[in-house]
Amino acid sequence: MYGKKVKFRALFIFLILISLVLTIFLVVKSLEENVVYFKSPTDIKNLNEIKNAQKIRVGGMVKKNSIKINDKEIFFVITDFKNELLVNFNGSVPNLFEEGKGVVAEGFLKDKSFLNADKILAKHDENYMPPEVSEAMKNN
Amino acid sequence: MSNYLGNYSLYIALIASVYLIFKSYLDANSENQYLDKNFILITSIQTIMITVSFFSLVAAFVISDFSNETVFNNSHTLKPLFYKVSGTWGNHEGSLLLWLLVLSIFLFIFLLNSRSQDTKYKLLTILFQQIIISGFLVFILLTSNPFKMLYPIPSEGLGLNPILQDPALAIHPPILYLGYVGTSIIFSASLASMISGNIGDKWARHIKKWVLVSWVFLTIGILLGSIWAYYELGWGGFWFWDPVENVSLMPWFCLTALLHTVIVLQKRNSFKEWTIILSITTFSLSMSGTFLVRSGILNSIHTFANDPSRGLYILSFLFILILMSILIFFFNQNKISNTAKENFILSKETAILVNNWFMMFFLSVVLVGTIYPIFLEVLNGSKISVGPPFYHNLLIPFLIPFLIFMSFGPSLKWIKDKLKKFNYNILIIFLVSLLISYVILTKTENSFLLSIPLIVLSIYLLLVTIKDFFVSKSSISQKISHFGFSLLITSILLNGLFSNEFNSNMKVGDERIFNDKVVKLKEVNVTDVDNYKSLKASFEVTNKNSSFALYPEVRIYQQPLTITSEADIKTTLFSDNFLVFNILKDDGYYNVRYQYKPLMIWIWISTIFIGFGGLLSVIRKNEQKY
Repeated sequence: MYGKKVKFRALFIFLILISLVLTIFLVVKSLEENVVYFKSPTDIKNLNEIKNAQKIRVGGMVKKNSIKINDKEIFFVITDFKNELLVNFNGSVPNLFEEGKGVVAEGFLKDKSFLNADKILAKHDENYMPPEVSEAMKNN
Repeated sequence: MSNYLGNYSLYIALIASVYLIFKSYLDANSENQYLDKNFILITSIQTIMITVSFFSLVAAFVISDFSNETVFNNSHTLKPLFYKVSGTWGNHEGSLLLWLLVLSIFLFIFLLNSRSQDTKYKLLTILFQQIIISGFLVFILLTSNPFKMLYPIPSEGLGLNPILQDPALAIHPPILYLGYVGTSIIFSASLASMISGNIGDKWARHIKKWVLVSWVFLTIGILLGSIWAYYELGWGGFWFWDPVENVSLMPWFCLTALLHTVIVLQKRNSFKEWTIILSITTFSLSMSGTFLVRSGILNSIHTFANDPSRGLYILSFLFILILMSILIFFFNQNKISNTAKENFILSKETAILVNNWFMMFFLSVVLVGTIYPIFLEVLNGSKISVGPPFYHNLLIPFLIPFLIFMSFGPSLKWIKDKLKKFNYNILIIFLVSLLISYVILTKTENSFLLSIPLIVLSIYLLLVTIKDFFVSKSSISQKISHFGFSLLITSILLNGLFSNEFNSNMKVGDERIFNDKVVKLKEVNVTDVDNYKSLKASFEVTNKNSSFALYPEVRIYQQPLTITSEADIKTTLFSDNFLVFNILKDDGYYNVRYQYKPLMIWIWISTIFIGFGGLLSVIRKNEQKY
């Protein structure tokens, strides 16, 4: 009926379409699962429900005199000067993690006042800070 | 003095650029048989001017001429000479000047190397390349002039971020730029060949060298950046899916696809349109990489400049270039002679097409992960980031079919191949790799479902690529690169599977037990060195039957005030022991991270193999046979 060439081409186009649809589907699905939202302590206070399985980032300042250290963990309080959030963290801290400086903690919320962090980002040098930190500081 | 010299030579280069654009446009429309001698002359003048400009900036850095604003912002008299020189391109202005320098040098080399090509094609390549050069010249002169003067002259500079004072990072930008900018020649040349209608096997042979050169530099450039992140950032990994890393990986996927497609064009004279599309895409990705990194839009650990006018300029320039190339593509498409011959499913052409599909898939995943946060922020203002699991979930499962295809694709014949009779060699290799994987996998409990097929297949591919050295007829450079790639995949997988780490807060004298090792913090010494204060810790790691010491360091720099952690890494052929520490509060606790990373060194070595294969292909003349 159709020539070999036409069949070949049809198969080719079909394969491209299939792989395109498959790619879009997988990418969108994976994005939904793995996107990390950025919130301030006040945003968290205003949340209606807490999704324990959803990773988030919280940005603000490390509250003065709030860092507590033991053998395993570090506890500190992130504040945006309106609301506060207690964070516990077991991992390596960045070089400029200090009280009174900007910080972003990434992890899972236990409840509205407690974050179990597995990653901490802080200012990289004197002039530079992660955009999220500067955003959080600007809002204050 | 050097300020004036550098500045005015840029203006002369701009005049040369404008002249060359008009001249090449006019000549391309006339039916001239020969290339006007002026082209070589003016291009060399332009290249010399930009070189002069670049070296006057280097000189300003070396003699610490703080009347120059760029030097003042990024240098310091106490800095070692090596970092004074590398400081030239460690900042926004200087790095753009380096881009420009490479752009013009590459055009010059192109002109010297393409004597046998058609005149109209050469003229058009000059035209497009000069459009890019003039775009960068105007950009530098308007928004990021490296020769801005300061008065009164400050007596001391602000210094270079110490985290950038690292040998790998000092040579990383120039190498990466050679790769990025090499794609500009491919872009200009493919647009030119589109208009002059000379796309074919002869053109493919000529452009293949440029593809290879860019690809080698890009590969090594990415490697150096990765080495820097591993040794200097102290996060104990070689790839973090950070946007700035991603933008260098995207052109690499595209260029790798192009590298394979160009071979089809050369051998079989088909895939013409696809080659052009890939050339345009590769360059657009390189340009947008520069744009995204330089504009400060990216939410990255290493953001550079943060000036909206710069971002806007590069964005509009990029938009014009892409629009121009799309228009040229559509209006000249009919000039592409359709010489496609009959294709069969089982052939090398199909295998390369499959390779391209995978590359495009990997590219799309990384592209979406990198720019989706930017789009979402523009759309509804919510701030998000896309973490490593996104990339891992999407890329790792697809490695399985990719590895299968890669194990037999390269050995297929052009045009048409037959399903061979059952091959005992392959079966033996497969059984051997099953056995090796079994031995490896019994040593870990930390396995997930996919790790079994992945390990089996990567070892299988590794053995196949080793076997190919003895039996396959393909070129030696291809064998080396493919071997390097399979070694890279195997090392990455095993590294990911067997790495483990612990984090702890320790005081001097504390001990921690980790797996079968005991890690002890013995002491911390404080000393003053050159331009920083050093806190050197002394750790002892004791195994059942051996022990070794590690000396990580924290450096406190004054100019500018920065703290950096220098990890100490004990490297052997089998594994790396990585230790980094950081100061917390003044209550005696140090934050310690210890990592065990198997086969780390093989990740670097295998990437060198990949690049070396490409390099060999560039320098070997008789490579053309294959």
